[in-house]
Amino acid sequence: MAKNLLEMRGITKLFPGVRALNDVNLIVEQGEIHALCGENGAGKSTLMNVLSGIYPYGTYEGEIYYDDALCQFHTIRDSEKRGIVIIHQELALVPYLSVGENMFLGNERQRAGCLNWNATYEEAETYMRMVGLQENPRTLIKDLGMGKQQLLEIAKALAKNVRLLILDEPTSSLNESDARKLLDLLLRFKREKGITSIIISHKLNELAYVADKITVLRDGMTIETLSQASNEVTEERIIRGMVGREMVNRYPHRDKRPSGDVALQVEDWTVYHPQYTERRVVDGVSLTVHQGEVVGVAGLIGAGRTELAMSVFGRAYGAKISGTLKKGGKELRLTGIPDAIRNGLAYITEDRKGDGLVLGDSIKHNITLAHPAAISNRGVLDKDKELRGAQAYRDKLSIKCPTVEQFVGNLSGGNQQKVLVGKWIFAQPDVLILDEPTRGVDVGAKYEIYQIINDLAAQDKSILMISSELPELLGMCDRIYVMNDGRIIAELTREEASQEIIMNHIMQASKGAIGA
Amino acid sequence: MNKFKRLLGGNINIKQYFMVIALVAIVTFFGILSSGKLFAPMNVSNIIFQNAYVIILAIGMLICILTGGNIDLSVGSVVALVGACVGNLIIRQKMDVYLAAGIGLALGLLIGCWHGFWIAYVRIPAFIVTLSGMLVYRGLTITLLAGQTLSPFPAEFKQYSTGFLPDLLGEFNLFGAKLNGFCMAVGVTIVAVTVVVQLINYNNRRRKGYAVGRAGALIAKLVVIGAVVLALFFVLARYKGVPTVLVLAGILLLVYTFFTSSTVMGRHIYALGGNEKAARLSGVKTNGLLFFAYANMGLLAAVAGLVFAARLDSSSPQAGQNFELDAIAACYIGGASAYGGIGTIGGALIGALIMGVLNNGMSINGIATDTQMVVKGLVLLGAVAFDVISKKQTALPAIRLGRKKKAQAGNLAL
Repeated sequence: MAKNLLEMRGITKLFPGVRALNDVNLIVEQGEIHALCGENGAGKSTLMNVLSGIYPYGTYEGEIYYDDALCQFHTIRDSEKRGIVIIHQELALVPYLSVGENMFLGNERQRAGCLNWNATYEEAETYMRMVGLQENPRTLIKDLGMGKQQLLEIAKALAKNVRLLILDEPTSSLNESDARKLLDLLLRFKREKGITSIIISHKLNELAYVADKITVLRDGMTIETLSQASNEVTEERIIRGMVGREMVNRYPHRDKRPSGDVALQVEDWTVYHPQYTERRVVDGVSLTVHQGEVVGVAGLIGAGRTELAMSVFGRAYGAKISGTLKKGGKELRLTGIPDAIRNGLAYITEDRKGDGLVLGDSIKHNITLAHPAAISNRGVLDKDKELRGAQAYRDKLSIKCPTVEQFVGNLSGGNQQKVLVGKWIFAQPDVLILDEPTRGVDVGAKYEIYQIINDLAAQDKSILMISSELPELLGMCDRIYVMNDGRIIAELTREEASQEIIMNHIMQASKGAIGA
Repeated sequence: MNKFKRLLGGNINIKQYFMVIALVAIVTFFGILSSGKLFAPMNVSNIIFQNAYVIILAIGMLICILTGGNIDLSVGSVVALVGACVGNLIIRQKMDVYLAAGIGLALGLLIGCWHGFWIAYVRIPAFIVTLSGMLVYRGLTITLLAGQTLSPFPAEFKQYSTGFLPDLLGEFNLFGAKLNGFCMAVGVTIVAVTVVVQLINYNNRRRKGYAVGRAGALIAKLVVIGAVVLALFFVLARYKGVPTVLVLAGILLLVYTFFTSSTVMGRHIYALGGNEKAARLSGVKTNGLLFFAYANMGLLAAVAGLVFAARLDSSSPQAGQNFELDAIAACYIGGASAYGGIGTIGGALIGALIMGVLNNGMSINGIATDTQMVVKGLVLLGAVAFDVISKKQTALPAIRLGRKKKAQAGNLAL
């Protein structure tokens, strides 16, 4: 029985009008990987912010014991001094500084008050090797992919002599192989250096893979802590804890199957990178989507799926686009995004905060943004129509908010996603391209989004769904295309497809690329 | 403060009401300090003359700021160049006043389109494009005027800036004061129309079952607005009546308020400032809107240039210096966000009035220009600081202020 490294007792944190944490207890043993799970808004991030001193001592009730001593952290520096390092979901790296500079940001290697560049880069390299990064420490952050940036954050934590590493949804923006690499790293550090980790994640299979214990939070309260050792951990039990009910079926049933009419047809679609115009990001892709059909696009990050979708959507991405695009048998030559919307296309972005929603504006204005014609006469807004429209969509998609005047930035991830989807349904498209529609969304909201997708299909809308979560594609789609390196390498029916088959296709194709 | 908020029907922009209160406080303060001189009929007319062009510039500037916190630094130089151009045409070439004014406006629009092209289509930061313009147009102004001041303008030109509407109804006496009848009639009409429109709107909304504030709050608001408007026109009527430039500014304010709040294009400007990428992916023609914002600013700067030249009765190489800063300050004091997407024409008007009354109030109380500058600078900082701090406390629009940093601090990620 290892000793307890961390004990949080009776933590209660109030925000104006909200009890974000209510008497939460968390015990983490030395050298274990402890997972925190819960729906968005359950209080996971708040709890970790209390622990790391982002919410300073005195702004919450309860006690934190770390290494058997009562802690009163006032800033994040206080907690880092004790070896508690938190890595946030949105990475805190400066894009135009080098890896080495980022590694020691706020903790600079210096000699006589000046930066010691040799030590900076030498030490940076040491830490980078520990996490398996082979890059030059002088590389700028902007030139690294998300997966490597995430690893770098861990290296940065190591440079701070981390003892307790907190990771807030570390894999949410990684593809499966990068995610796996990261999780393996955590396991290795646990084994070799005895580093204790707390990991927040929505991905149940990952938790099952790394976690020794799983604490489930719901509505700011601890529901239970499950131990891997005593075989208590099952997906059903975790989900039940998170949502407070049994989720018999994670994917809602759809009765109606697609009709034979082809809605969207893309032929020999090739797109080049907008800056590096010799790089082909989409390479001769052909695909079809029928009316009322949900078609998935599987692939690793960087396979060209988003690029394909955005280039189809009125050339929103890419250069030197070639190929034909047909809708209902008629060829479309789209001149831009407004043209694409007019022709009944919709692209629902994977990055809802970055390029999906106007966070500082109301739900009402966001929902109506893509289709002003429905709420205006000759360019003059009809505010009654706007309000009615927004309220109708709020109810239809059950967006949880007091009024549609509320700022979108104040909603939870799931509700934000519903606003985003609502905006595009409001635009009355025939073909919807959904890019990672459930990223960063909790289990309950996921189910609701699936239901929305099914409803759309039942209304004979055609849906092209890009997702990095294979189970989701398998559960939702009638057909799945597998993309790799800009090309479609396989097309599978619902019956043929399985996680193993899809991954196998990708691995084979990647191997081929290396071999060539 | 909360009680106050509820009294006004909840869900309002405290900041804007705060600035109204600040304006009232400043007016009262200088009114008392100058033992009423501030409210003297001639002085009130003067305040209008002194600030009309700032208001006109602030309208254009607000739209630029809305598109993403961009500012146009060149407007002061455009004011000077347009003034020099019409001065040259009217005074030297004896050109027809209206034709010359038309050419002046076209010049402003052309300059605006020049900026818009570089900013929207080549994507050079507005700050740099307009900084370049600031130097170029000032240089051209001096060239055009050969470093000299042109004067005087014919009365036909001046009447649009320093003139008054003719009294069509004749004078009459009220409370022993001689009043311009037409001016009072205009004031009463404005109040009557406002009240009727507001009440009809209120009723319509209630009938259709939408959330409406308390009727009492609306009536209180209308009474206050009515009283202020009537008082203003009463004071103006005691002098020479309605200044022509007030009509011009009033029409521009109405048109642009309608444009920003009730048209699709206006809505799109807010979306562009709020999140450009999201707006673009929603089919908003972001480049076109950016172009429009600067072209429009150029046109309004030309209008301000005409008004200012007519008021000074001269075209001077030094005209319009620091006007861009007054206009920018007016927008920020009036609650516009330095990141774009937030701000109203009404706010910019209040901001311009705060600066204008500060100027005038300090001047008539004999406070020197150097002190005036210090005070105005501090007021600008104070107003924006209030904005930032009040937003932090409500933690609502903090998203746009702190952006990612804030998200990392976990305020959003519950």
